[in-house]
Amino acid sequence: MEELRKGLARIVSLIKREPIIDRVAVKKTLRELERELLKADVSPDLVLELTRKVEERVFKEDVPPGFSRRELLLRALYEELVNVLGGENKHELKVRKGGVLLLVGLQGSGKTTTAAKLALYYKKRGFKVGLICADNYRPGAYEQLSQLANSIGVEFYGLKGAPSVEVALNGVEALRAKGVELIIVDTAGRHKEEKDLLNEMKELVNSLKPDEVVLVLDATIGKRAGAQAEAFHKVAPLGSIILTKMDGSARGGGALAAVAKTGAKVIFIGVGEKLEELDPFDPPSFVSRLLGMGDLKSLVDRMRKAQLVAQPDALIRGRFTLLEFKQQLEGLSKMGPLRKILELLPGSYEITPELEKAGSENVKKWIAIMNSMTREELANPDTITRSRIIRIAKGSGTSTKDVKNLLTTYKRTQKLLRQLSRSRGGRLIPGI
Amino acid sequence: MLEGLRRALSKVAEMLSRTDLFSEDLETIEREATMILVECDVAFEAAEAIARLVREEALERRAKSKQIVEQQLLKEVLIKLFEKAKWFNLEEAIIKVRRTGEPVKLLFVGPNGHGKTTTIAKLGYRLKREGLSVVLAAADTWRAGAFEQLKQHASNIGVDIVGHGYGADPAAVAFDAVAYARKRDKDVVLIDTAGRLQTDIDLMEELRKIARVVKPDFKIFVGDALTGNDALYQAITFNQYVGVDGGILTKFDADAKGGAAISFVYAIEKPILYVGTGQRYEDLQPFSVDWFLARIFE
Repeated sequence: MEELRKGLARIVSLIKREPIIDRVAVKKTLRELERELLKADVSPDLVLELTRKVEERVFKEDVPPGFSRRELLLRALYEELVNVLGGENKHELKVRKGGVLLLVGLQGSGKTTTAAKLALYYKKRGFKVGLICADNYRPGAYEQLSQLANSIGVEFYGLKGAPSVEVALNGVEALRAKGVELIIVDTAGRHKEEKDLLNEMKELVNSLKPDEVVLVLDATIGKRAGAQAEAFHKVAPLGSIILTKMDGSARGGGALAAVAKTGAKVIFIGVGEKLEELDPFDPPSFVSRLLGMGDLKSLVDRMRKAQLVAQPDALIRGRFTLLEFKQQLEGLSKMGPLRKILELLPGSYEITPELEKAGSENVKKWIAIMNSMTREELANPDTITRSRIIRIAKGSGTSTKDVKNLLTTYKRTQKLLRQLSRSRGGRLIPGI
Repeated sequence: MLEGLRRALSKVAEMLSRTDLFSEDLETIEREATMILVECDVAFEAAEAIARLVREEALERRAKSKQIVEQQLLKEVLIKLFEKAKWFNLEEAIIKVRRTGEPVKLLFVGPNGHGKTTTIAKLGYRLKREGLSVVLAAADTWRAGAFEQLKQHASNIGVDIVGHGYGADPAAVAFDAVAYARKRDKDVVLIDTAGRLQTDIDLMEELRKIARVVKPDFKIFVGDALTGNDALYQAITFNQYVGVDGGILTKFDADAKGGAAISFVYAIEKPILYVGTGQRYEDLQPFSVDWFLARIFE
């Protein structure tokens, strides 16, 4: 994990340092990105698709007002990585009282440990959990799960020597009789070439009808992850994926092929040997961490909000009144500390140097001032006379100097916007 | 098995035989060869290095004699790579050490879930069939069920087992198992250890301690053939901590492309001794370079 994080962070800093983001620079960056992703076991097909999409977006999409192409590249990189990992939305296991989860996977992927980790996770969230060992192939599987169940204080059911379908069905009945609310069934490891075992799994799914079939996947797995997951998916449609051993140096990229092939989403990652070490998986924060930019997600959010707030049409038509100015400022202050935003907006909001210097205190003050204006004053700033300035200053608890200051800034911004809209053919992409 | 790698390599070979070997062609070949090897789960760095060797080799030949470069070239590059490892027959080596009088000690190391315990059972079964007496040492005192798992195997294949239960010092278990074997004149001690990720420095140090205490004759890395890039780092780190003598790759039957074998040999220049090819005790095949290459190139 650490290596991938370093690699991707290097790419991000490469993007930040690159003097001009042109085709050559983008190509160079994407070539580096390919290398890092290939090292992370992402399948070559997926890698090429991802870099192609990023490249396309960087040159096709309009840069939102107030942002640079550099940031668009970062955003495309972030969003495409998140997409590949399962999208923005956090996915959760279908867990309900009386529900049954079935864990499947290759030998040694960590199903049994994960079963116990899940049990502990939901026990802590108020469920009465029970574990069933439906693995009667591997010696020691029964003891392993029963010892783990014991150590975390959840119910356990197993029956050595019996066929797994029988064990599972009996187990569900027995555990429900004990008042267990959530049942997690552990199964024997198997791989796609073991047809008999896959058939057995099919039978298990058909008779047990679990709420969800969960694939447990080892993060060290390479390119075969996709084919293996697909074979599982065919006999038992997968709902979600849990990625284990993410605390090692493996980067888990193989799992992306499994996600792509089955549509199942990664919902948890195993990050240690202790049973508490199971983390819900959230693609956006995961990608932010990978790219070594804690604030990348917020950059993207700010960018999206900026697109909503900016109303470029009104601005381009030169109809930039105090109303729009206020809207912009409010939008900005909602987005977080002003200084941070200004850092992220090279070249763009330099159109108002005062704004940059002012800091968020000033912005708050300005918003207060504008709150003391009438709607008419906001829409037609020219009507603001000296006596009105005094009234506004009093009403907002500021000085007349503050009000004048605001008006000057507004006028300067308006002028610059007009110039920009003329020189850029209506596209507000300052700073590039 | 190995179908993918074989097909991919013949594609590179085909390219090599087609090209007139201008520099651009060579570059394309290098890039394509890298991608193809990567697709077969050869770790990226290893794939790059091999592709570079193919390119250099091709250049050299062109300079010398303009002789047509064929499929042979890639095979030769891989053979050269494999030749860097000192190949040996583990069973013969065990017998040789045993003649010195001491029980032969084998320490098995590797990441979690890659198949150490199962592999030990398979190897125990194999050695026993060859008339050697075997003791299993349950030095995985951490993972739940590990002791019962090994005990069940011991009884299935009919060999002795020494264990202290959970939480015991693994080095002490291994030490006692060796003492047990010495006392009862057993031939081989197979020491199972807890799986660990190579990034966990404390656990890697623990492994080093076990190795220091028992002084194993052979330290064997057990890895999963389905592993991708991590195979390289695993091999390097385990080798760095305990000094690996050879590797066993498991789950070769699980549609593995075989790239992990190349990564392993490239990373530490040590031989692969066996491959695991199924769930039965018999499913442990000695690895030979000829066998591997023949499957790739035929």
